[in-house]
Amino acid sequence: MVQINEGLCKSCGYCVKFCPKQVLQIGHERNRRGHFFPVVVNERSCITCAVCALMCPEGAIEVSKGGGKA
Amino acid sequence: MAEYKRSTMIADAPSGYCPGCLHSLATRLVSDVLDELGQGDNSLNVISVGCSALNILYWNGDFCSVAHGRAPAAATGIKRTNPERLVFAYQGDGDLCAIGLAEIMSAANRGENFTVIFANNQTYGMTGGQMAPTTLIGQKTTTTVYGRDPHSTGYPMKMCELISTLEAPVYVARFALNSPKGVREARAGIKKAFQAQMQGRGFTFVELLTNCPTNWHMTPLQTLDYMNTNTIPYFKPGVYKDITE
Amino acid sequence: MSEKRFMKGNEAIAEAAVRAGCRFFAGYPITPQNEIPEYLSWRLPEVGGAFVQGESEIASVNMVYGAAAMGTRAMTSSSGPGISLKAEGISYLASAMLPALIVNISRGGPGLGSIQPAQSDYLQATKALGHGGFHAMVFAPNSAQEAVDLVYEAWEYAERDRNPVMVLMDGCLGNIMEEVELPPMKKLTDEDLPEWSLTRRNGRDYQGNITPIYTEPILEGINTMAGEMYKAWEEEDVKAESFLVDDAEYVVVAYGIASRVAKEAIMALREEGFKVGMIRPITVFPYPKKLIHDLDYSRVKGIIDIEMTIPAQMREDIELQVAERCPVYEYGRSGGCLLDDEGVYDAIKAIVTGGAD
Repeated sequence: MVQINEGLCKSCGYCVKFCPKQVLQIGHERNRRGHFFPVVVNERSCITCAVCALMCPEGAIEVSKGGGKA
Repeated sequence: MAEYKRSTMIADAPSGYCPGCLHSLATRLVSDVLDELGQGDNSLNVISVGCSALNILYWNGDFCSVAHGRAPAAATGIKRTNPERLVFAYQGDGDLCAIGLAEIMSAANRGENFTVIFANNQTYGMTGGQMAPTTLIGQKTTTTVYGRDPHSTGYPMKMCELISTLEAPVYVARFALNSPKGVREARAGIKKAFQAQMQGRGFTFVELLTNCPTNWHMTPLQTLDYMNTNTIPYFKPGVYKDITE
Repeated sequence: MSEKRFMKGNEAIAEAAVRAGCRFFAGYPITPQNEIPEYLSWRLPEVGGAFVQGESEIASVNMVYGAAAMGTRAMTSSSGPGISLKAEGISYLASAMLPALIVNISRGGPGLGSIQPAQSDYLQATKALGHGGFHAMVFAPNSAQEAVDLVYEAWEYAERDRNPVMVLMDGCLGNIMEEVELPPMKKLTDEDLPEWSLTRRNGRDYQGNITPIYTEPILEGINTMAGEMYKAWEEEDVKAESFLVDDAEYVVVAYGIASRVAKEAIMALREEGFKVGMIRPITVFPYPKKLIHDLDYSRVKGIIDIEMTIPAQMREDIELQVAERCPVYEYGRSGGCLLDDEGVYDAIKAIVTGGAD
C-alpha cells in the first residue's frame, strides 16, 4: 500500500505522472508549506510497483505490500 | 522493487531543494543505496558548494563540507587517512567541471579509492541560474540571455567521456533521473560504484543528469520532457568505463 | 630518545613534524621549500602516514582540510606564491575550526618575485592569511633547532585552539644546514583522536560534521569566540627573546633570519660601547606588544626595525606600541638580496651615531 507523508510533499507531480495504474492524483488540500499533495484515489488498482516512491525527490512516499490503513 | 522505505540517512523533514528538483532525488538515491549496503554509519559525504550544500541541513550521516570545487581534494585527504570509510563526494556541474576541474581530473587520474556523485543540471542553481560548462547550446541562462553561443563560450563539457579516457578510474557512468528506468539504473550504478570502492578497486564516477525547474523557468513535469528532447541526446547515458570485475 | 643530526632547516621541519605526530602531508613543488615534501614523501610512509603530491597548492591545502577533519595531524608547506593559492583553504580551515600546520619558507615578492630568500610575507601571515578576518598563530623561528622545537609543539596549539598554525621562515633558514637535536617520537593512539573529528576510530557513534558555513547567529558567535581566542593568545602564548635590552638606548626589533644578522652587528657595536639591544618576536602573531610597549622610553632613544624586505612590514606593529615616544627607523634588503653583517652593522651604527634620519 501507498503511504504519503504529505508534510514532505512539494507537489512536483512525478508520482502521479509515473504511476502506471493512475492510483494517485494531486489533491485539493495544501500542506503546511502550501503544496497540494497527492492522494490515493484508486487504491485497489495499486500493484505496489513503488514507482511513485522511486520517483519522489523528497522520499515522501513509502510503499509496503499487504493491506491495512496508514 | 516493490516496497520502499525512506532512509534515515536523510532528515525527517523536507529537503532544501526546490519542488521537483532531481538533485533531491539524487541525494535520496544515495541514501537508499547506503541503507541497502548497510554502510550508513561507515559512509562519509563530502559536500561541495552549490545546491549540493543544501545537504548540510538534510544529510543525517557523517559529512564534511568543503570549498567550491575542492571535494575530490578533501576526499583524498579523508580516504588516505581513513581508508576503511566509504567516502563519496557529491558535486554539481559548476563545482565539478568549472572551478574544480583540476581537482576532479587529478583525483580520477590518481585512482583515488572513493566515489564521486556528479549531479549535472546544466546551470548554477544556487546562485540564480548562470551558465555552467555543461549548459546546452542555445540554452538561456542569466549570463547567456540570448542562449549559449559556442563561439564565445565553447561547448557543453562531457565529463564521463573525459574521465573515461584516463587509465585509473574503474567505473564511469551517466544516468538520467527523469524516468523510472533511468532512476533504477542510476541506483544500480551508485551501488556498483560503492561496492567497487568497498573492494578497494579505485576511482568511481557516477554522473546523474538532473534538472533545475526554478532556473530553467519550467514546471517540474516540463523539465522531464526537456531532458528527453535536449539533455539526453547530448549527454548520452551509459556506462563509459567498467573494469570493476 | 632525542638525537643530534646535521640537517637542512627544511628537512629538520619535516622530521620534527613526523615526530610531532604528523601523518598526512600534501603539497606542490615550489622553491625554496622543496626539501619538505621530498623528505616527507619517503618518511611518512615509514611511519604509516600518507604523502600526496597535489595538483596545485589549492588542492593540497584542501587535502589537508580533509585529513584534518578526520583528526589526523596534517600539514602542508609552500612559499609566498603558493601560500597565496592556499589562502582559500587556510580560511576554510579557520572557519571549519580544523587544526593543521602550514609552513611558509618565504621568498621575494610580490608575484612570482624571486626564488631567493626574503621576509616579504609578514603582513600576509599576520594580518590576512585569507578572507573573512581570521588569524592563525604564526611562529617565526630563527634557527633549524628553533624550527624543530616550534613544529614539535605546533599541533598542541592547533588542536587546543582548533585553528591552523603557521610557521613562517625564509629560504635562508630553510636551506642552511645546522646541528639539531631531535625530540622523541610522540606516540598518539586512537584515543587521542579529537571527539569532534569525523573518524570513527575514536569510538564515536553519533553523527559527525565539519562545515565552513554557518547560519547568521551562529557565525557571529564563532567570530566572537575567535576574537576572544586571539586576545587570550596575547596574554598567554607570546614568545619572544630579549637580547641586551635592559640598558639599551637603541633597540633593534627583528625576527627570523634578520635577527641572526642583527645579533652579530649588535655584538660588534657593543664592543665599541654602543648600547644596542634587540627584541626578537618568536611569535609574530600574537605579537610581543608588551615588550615593546613597556620599554623605558626615558632611556630608549630609537627603535630600529630590521627586516629582509623593503618596505619594512613589521613597522606598523612596532609603531603602535612605541606610540611616538621615540623615533622608529627601518633597514632592510629585499627582492632576494640578503641582509649581510656589514650592511646591518653600518645601518645601525649610522642611526646610533646620529648619521641617519
